Amino acid sequence: MQQFLNITLNGLTVGFIYAAFALCLVLIFRATRIINFGQGAQAMFTTYIALEVLQRTGSYWLALPAALVSGFLLGALVERVIVRPVVNGPEINAVIVTLGLFVGLVALASIIFGNTFEGFAAPFSVRGLKIGDATINLTPNNIFNISAVLVAMGALLVLFRFTSLGLQMRASAFGQEVARLLGVRVGRMLTLGWALAGMFGSLAGILIAGGGFISPGFMDGVVVFGFVAAVLGGLDSFVGAVVGGLVLGLTTNYVQGYIGQELQTLSALAILMTVLLVKPSGLFSSSVARKV
Amino acid sequence: MVLEVDTLVTAYGPVTALDRVTLSVPAGKVTAVLGANGAGKTTLLRTVSGLVRSRSGTVVLDGHDITRVRVEEMVRRGLAHVPEGRGVIAELTVEENLRLGGLFLKGADADEHIEEIYRQFPPLDSRRKLSAHTLSGGERQMLVVGRALLARPKVLLLDEPSLGLAPLVVNAIFSLVRRLVDSTGLAVLLVEQNAKSALRIADTGVVLNLGKVVAVDDAKVLAADESLRRAYLGF
Repeated sequence: MQQFLNITLNGLTVGFIYAAFALCLVLIFRATRIINFGQGAQAMFTTYIALEVLQRTGSYWLALPAALVSGFLLGALVERVIVRPVVNGPEINAVIVTLGLFVGLVALASIIFGNTFEGFAAPFSVRGLKIGDATINLTPNNIFNISAVLVAMGALLVLFRFTSLGLQMRASAFGQEVARLLGVRVGRMLTLGWALAGMFGSLAGILIAGGGFISPGFMDGVVVFGFVAAVLGGLDSFVGAVVGGLVLGLTTNYVQGYIGQELQTLSALAILMTVLLVKPSGLFSSSVARKV
Repeated sequence: MVLEVDTLVTAYGPVTALDRVTLSVPAGKVTAVLGANGAGKTTLLRTVSGLVRSRSGTVVLDGHDITRVRVEEMVRRGLAHVPEGRGVIAELTVEENLRLGGLFLKGADADEHIEEIYRQFPPLDSRRKLSAHTLSGGERQMLVVGRALLARPKVLLLDEPSLGLAPLVVNAIFSLVRRLVDSTGLAVLLVEQNAKSALRIADTGVVLNLGKVVAVDDAKVLAADESLRRAYLGF
């Protein structure tokens, strides 16, 4: 029983981070129909920036905003400089460009920050809480991670549901031409979407880093799991991304805990294949088939 | 004249879609642009609203040259364009679609104008919170016209509002447009393949053929001109 509880708690913590990462893929896919393969590398890069801030100032609470702000700016920069020129061409162009971004950023990080593991201090204790005399696998840092993702999701929900800006972003995603005719500055909305995605990815990056080690490749696994979570959720649904992230976090942890560590990644692949075979549109796809 | 199009030329690569088109649209009138498929009707509207860039010629709105104005800016200048295929954003609710139309109105003002649109189009009122893809064709047309009106345009470009609608619904939409024009002084440039219905509500008709204006006349005169009807309008 205790083992089940611990595995579940761990799965939920990881699941929320996968969900955050899946959300940034979804944010971009909805707006531009592009999967940003560079997303993980962007997050890795901004986590290094946060680490610099952390090492120089010793304050996690300066490092966190540094990660978020640099993630926002890097996202905007990527959209304006790298993606915008190819977005109207064949789809494969955007795929190749974002893959190039991934490779380029990893290489750049290796040059600047070194291709080694560096410790990243956690803002809160990483010791499990005690209930009675049993220690459960829920640390104050885990609680912080989950809360941070929930707050960010809440902010995103408020932005998209209740503000004019969010409405304009959704309009730009679903009906570019109509949005432009109604006076929405679609280009700006797309940049903002990539910026927000970059910020969300950076949040996922710094949360994963906390209490562990980072290296230029430390986000690679998260990219895979986040991508599967996004596909599971339907690629264009925010709810789907969250549910997908949690399902994936729990499944991979149950597989790891009860079957074996070596099957963890394989289980994600199995989920991806099952989704693609049984319901390729994902569980929560919100797009409506357009009538002409 | 609230809208004046002068010797407008638009081409897609080597294909000339609009060949020196000149026409003017007075306030408080409906000007119908008629012609067969491929005559350049939709291209004319898309060029006027800036979705397509012209090669040469000018578009003047209310005395200001808007030929090179960006699409996003047009609605602020007083030009609304309802594109072909109705242009409802199906993933958003009816209310959200309308809110997009009133982006430039100040807070309380926008709410008031949206309520006014609901009064004008009662079927939308009962469907405020529903996703727009649940609407029927006629309701969608009401939604896009209502949405365009929210920005208080001086000129409304309507592209094939009758497309795919039952004749009764077409009549309802057309008489609604006519009422609007008569009561508000709005200028409407209407593009239609359904020439018969369009000429019934239009004041002036412009016949396009292969990108050229071949006839401009009073709507009643055009409707009565049998040889023209046979040659270009198909009724």
